[in-house]
Amino acid sequence: MGQRTPLYNEHLALNAKVVDFAGWDMPIHYGSQLEEHHQVRRGCGLFDVSHMRVVDLTGADCRPFLSHLVANDVAKLTTYGRALYTCMLNPQGGVIDDLIVYHFADDRFRLVVNAGTADKDIAWMREQAKAFANLTITPRADLAMIAVQGPTAPQTLYAAVAGSEAAVAALKPFNAAWLGGVDATDATLIARTGYTGEDGFEIMLPATQAATVWQALLQAEGKPIGLGARDTLRLEAGMNLYGQDMDEQIGPLESGLSWTVDLKNAERNFIGRSALPTQPTQQLVGLVLLDRGVLRSHQKVITAQGEGETTSGTFSPSMNASIALARVPAGVALGDAVEVEIRDKRLKARVVKAPFVRNGKVLVSVE
Amino acid sequence: MKLINDLKYTKSHEWVRVEADGTLTVGVTDHAQELLGDIVFLELPDAGRTVKAGEDCAVIESVKAASDIYAPVSGEVIANNDAAVGAPESVNGDAFGTWLFKIKPANTAEVDALLDAAAYQASVDAGN
Repeated sequence: MGQRTPLYNEHLALNAKVVDFAGWDMPIHYGSQLEEHHQVRRGCGLFDVSHMRVVDLTGADCRPFLSHLVANDVAKLTTYGRALYTCMLNPQGGVIDDLIVYHFADDRFRLVVNAGTADKDIAWMREQAKAFANLTITPRADLAMIAVQGPTAPQTLYAAVAGSEAAVAALKPFNAAWLGGVDATDATLIARTGYTGEDGFEIMLPATQAATVWQALLQAEGKPIGLGARDTLRLEAGMNLYGQDMDEQIGPLESGLSWTVDLKNAERNFIGRSALPTQPTQQLVGLVLLDRGVLRSHQKVITAQGEGETTSGTFSPSMNASIALARVPAGVALGDAVEVEIRDKRLKARVVKAPFVRNGKVLVSVE
Repeated sequence: MKLINDLKYTKSHEWVRVEADGTLTVGVTDHAQELLGDIVFLELPDAGRTVKAGEDCAVIESVKAASDIYAPVSGEVIANNDAAVGAPESVNGDAFGTWLFKIKPANTAEVDALLDAAAYQASVDAGN
């Protein structure tokens, strides 16, 4: 038996098929992964993401610590509730994890890290924190997290959670606000973030309230969505999955994450900076399969510039075609014809710009 | 578990119907489609291909993963179901009504050795 989130019994009540994910017993689907996928593109889906770990940072050294710890620059975080997506690198320039940093004050930030890497992340942060006197790192196992995603996510959230509309209706993407304006460690934080390519929210709330809020969201037309659809949704949205599209052996520049690496401040010597290549020899690109078949991870990609490999692949329910992210030589360009080896056959694919789908619309042609 | 009594079965979740002319019609069981989830792709053996019993000769892919389909007996493939290739979700809708390929068996003893419905049920119950 793995670890269980505060919503485990809710999943059982909804007839979820439960599987192990990073040591957690999580719902993979509640019936049909395809229907769940479409529900998020067309309506509103609910995800239990309580396995992800919230880590609060407090103390006067928060900014200098984060400035050293992560590859994106927290100097961009100046307004209350603003969020930043970033990688945390090792000294070799590999990715320890990708995470979101929320800013509330110079001495108060919140991080959300992946489930499978949480313990390693916290150990790494504590190690790096030794050089900073005024810093407290507080993992928040007492919190649950529910993602409400899809074009009708606002209506569902507002109907289910009293006071939520007043708190978040004006929020732009990558901003967060406290429910009821109560900024306290045991209050509810609602962020306009997600992992689907749709509008929506991620609610961080006390674990003791999770089941009540979950049930209210179900009452308000939200449908439960398992990890299976979460993966097809994020891949269509062109979003990386840690451990699959990047890991400790590969850097952000070779993982489609150059936009998250901020080199503008030459003085800022963040961990891993000196190891980043000036001319990466590889890049992460999107692929659309033109022949019949399904792309999966670790398939060989043959290009005019040499071989590469798919890192994530799936059948895209929105496109009714197969898509992938692939690491290929740096010279490969958008629109290039490539081949992917699937069970000793070579199938035709085309290099495209991710995301594949955003806000319910397919952005790339499968012709 | 949904089963049809007068079909034969394999431990690897194929169903087999013995036709009047001795040829075999093959599909995957309802239990198999349930395990696989939403099916989105089928690759079936061409007519004329010779297969051995237990040989992986077809591929079925769901949104989740790819799985092999095995030849229930040795013989020659004499047909495959193009309609199913064009609409792989029909396996989810009606696994026993969606045949995938037909085989002319090389050895009738292999056909007799296939599982009946009760034996297949027991195999699934045992965790296969």
